[in-house]
Amino acid sequence: MLEINNLHCELEEDSEVKILRGVSLSVKPGEVHAIMGPNGSGKSTLSYVLSGRDGYEVTEGSATLEGADLLEMEPEERAAAGLFLAFQYPVEIPGVGNMTFLRTAVNAQRKARGQDELSAGEFLKLVRAKARELQIDAEMLKRPVNVGFSGGEKKRNEILQMAMLEPKMCVLDETDSGLDVDAMKLVSDGVNALRDAGRSFLVITHYQRLLNHIKPDVVHIMSEGRIIKTGGPELALEVEENGYGDLLAEAAS
Amino acid sequence: MIPRAKLKAQKVDAAGALLDGVALPEGGAWITRARKAARERVLEMGLPVKRDEYWKYTDPRRLTDAGAAPAALHDTQGEAPVFGQIDRVKLVFVDGVFDPQASDAMDLAGVEICTLAQAGESDLHWARDLYGTLEARGQRPVERSLASLNTAQAREGLLIRVTAKAEKPISIIYHRSSAEADAMVHHLVRVEAGAEATILENGPLAARFNQVMEVDIADGATLHHVRAQGRDHERAGVAHLFARLGARSQLKSFTLTANGALIRNEAVVWLDGAEGSAHLAGATVGDGAFHHDDTVYITHGAPRCESRQVFKKVLRHGAVGVFQGKILVDQIAQLTDGYQISQSLLLDEDAQFLAKPELEIYADDVKCSHGSTSGEIDPVQLFYLRARGLSEDTAKLLLVLAFLAEALDEIEDAGLAEDLRDRLEAWLARRA
Repeated sequence: MLEINNLHCELEEDSEVKILRGVSLSVKPGEVHAIMGPNGSGKSTLSYVLSGRDGYEVTEGSATLEGADLLEMEPEERAAAGLFLAFQYPVEIPGVGNMTFLRTAVNAQRKARGQDELSAGEFLKLVRAKARELQIDAEMLKRPVNVGFSGGEKKRNEILQMAMLEPKMCVLDETDSGLDVDAMKLVSDGVNALRDAGRSFLVITHYQRLLNHIKPDVVHIMSEGRIIKTGGPELALEVEENGYGDLLAEAAS
Repeated sequence: MIPRAKLKAQKVDAAGALLDGVALPEGGAWITRARKAARERVLEMGLPVKRDEYWKYTDPRRLTDAGAAPAALHDTQGEAPVFGQIDRVKLVFVDGVFDPQASDAMDLAGVEICTLAQAGESDLHWARDLYGTLEARGQRPVERSLASLNTAQAREGLLIRVTAKAEKPISIIYHRSSAEADAMVHHLVRVEAGAEATILENGPLAARFNQVMEVDIADGATLHHVRAQGRDHERAGVAHLFARLGARSQLKSFTLTANGALIRNEAVVWLDGAEGSAHLAGATVGDGAFHHDDTVYITHGAPRCESRQVFKKVLRHGAVGVFQGKILVDQIAQLTDGYQISQSLLLDEDAQFLAKPELEIYADDVKCSHGSTSGEIDPVQLFYLRARGLSEDTAKLLLVLAFLAEALDEIEDAGLAEDLRDRLEAWLARRA
């Protein structure tokens, strides 16, 4: 599904700042991978580089989704190809209704994939059903995108978008940040409901607790722009117990 | 630097030259008197020049030249007409001349309508008392001699007197047929105590236009005014709105402007009675050789009044937007609530926004605020939308509409607001 090979990147405005220094990983269809690591290790940057945000210069390596070169595509082409990034900080867009935004996004992707656009009626039915599962009320759908939403509402709104867009490869950037226990459960349930054999997840998180809800197949530890260790779910538990210190020391030695 | 006296002499000479040998329009006694007085005002004040403080950001030459420069007619083929779905009484002008054949009957319960030509021949007291009166009042403290020129020379216009709550909007439509027409239109509107009406205006009017609308809103009356100024690129024009508001009365005026080589919209509003409310808003989309100027002057002359100005401009490819907005609060106008915001979205580095917000307050217990901003499309918002699959053009269109939404929200009637929003979206999408 997602193949990242020796990916290097630096800041566009300051080539001295190297953020990714050779990231390699391979996510197979249906797998859930977690990336953990201390602050500043490059986890979020990896999600931005994959989704095509401006400001980063890829200097080496590759990233492909089902064989297609992601790095050559515009952000909207990556989305149409099946990549979805759930933002750590979902963006507020005053003046754009949440519903208008969702419908425009769904139909833009359907069009790009050569599918018919959904009619207003079909869309409404679909969005209402998915919103109900995430306990998103009609009022939230009517409001401008993320404006005045609580932290939990913003994250649920991200998952609603994911559910509506039905991507193949979902990258979740610190989706647990700012969530209380109940909200985390709700968001995780939303993610788990989307798990299937054809859909993969890359879950970026600081803490192990999210991984109690979204059970990963593979856990990567990232530090200073590299994956320093890869293992099974037990690796996350190890981090939870001992912190990153031992792993970092091990990698350095 | 030219000395003030010499500048004044030049302005006066220019006015004299422009009016030399030009007769006043034919008309009855009262209107001829009003026109003569207005002509005297023009000759006394002179024509505006760019060196005037009030024209610092907008060069008035195209408005004061002896003739109109030609402006190509915009092809509206395939575009849904503005307000097309709204049930309304349509009154049509072609090149600034009223066209009774193309218009609906002037027949609306609670509303009396006639043309300026008809009124000039008869003795309509309210019209006699209003014609040129607010325009003359509006010459202090800032001269607006183009409005006086209009009062003196305009032959065309509508007189609308509202005596009850009008059932549907009165819709003034300005078509063009000539590439060179130079139009002057002067409307009078009187909304009697407790009455209510909506006046719509749309269309490009003429290659050059000078428009005046004098509005007198009596105690407890309401006027909604929604205007869309057409899309023909090369036009030059100035539209003046003079409005006085009685106690507890309400004015809501919104203008959508898309294109125009030079368009200046002046609004002069007096809140004369306690608890009046005046809202002025504008949404502007300018592309290329476009210069758009909103000049607003609101005087709070009575206690407990409220005023709001919300002006938004989207500019690109060298388009220039100007906003001059003033709130004057007289000493008597305690508990005034005044608000003013002007914002521009600059889509590239060639576009320009010039803003001069002003507050002048003589009362001590008031709430007044103003703000002005210029910005570009937020790259984070743009990325968010694109990451969800919207093309760059679609994402920008959505963000531009979102930026303008706050001004469109000032239109009270949801149907009218939706109509203009749809039109705007279609225009913007076509250009993207």
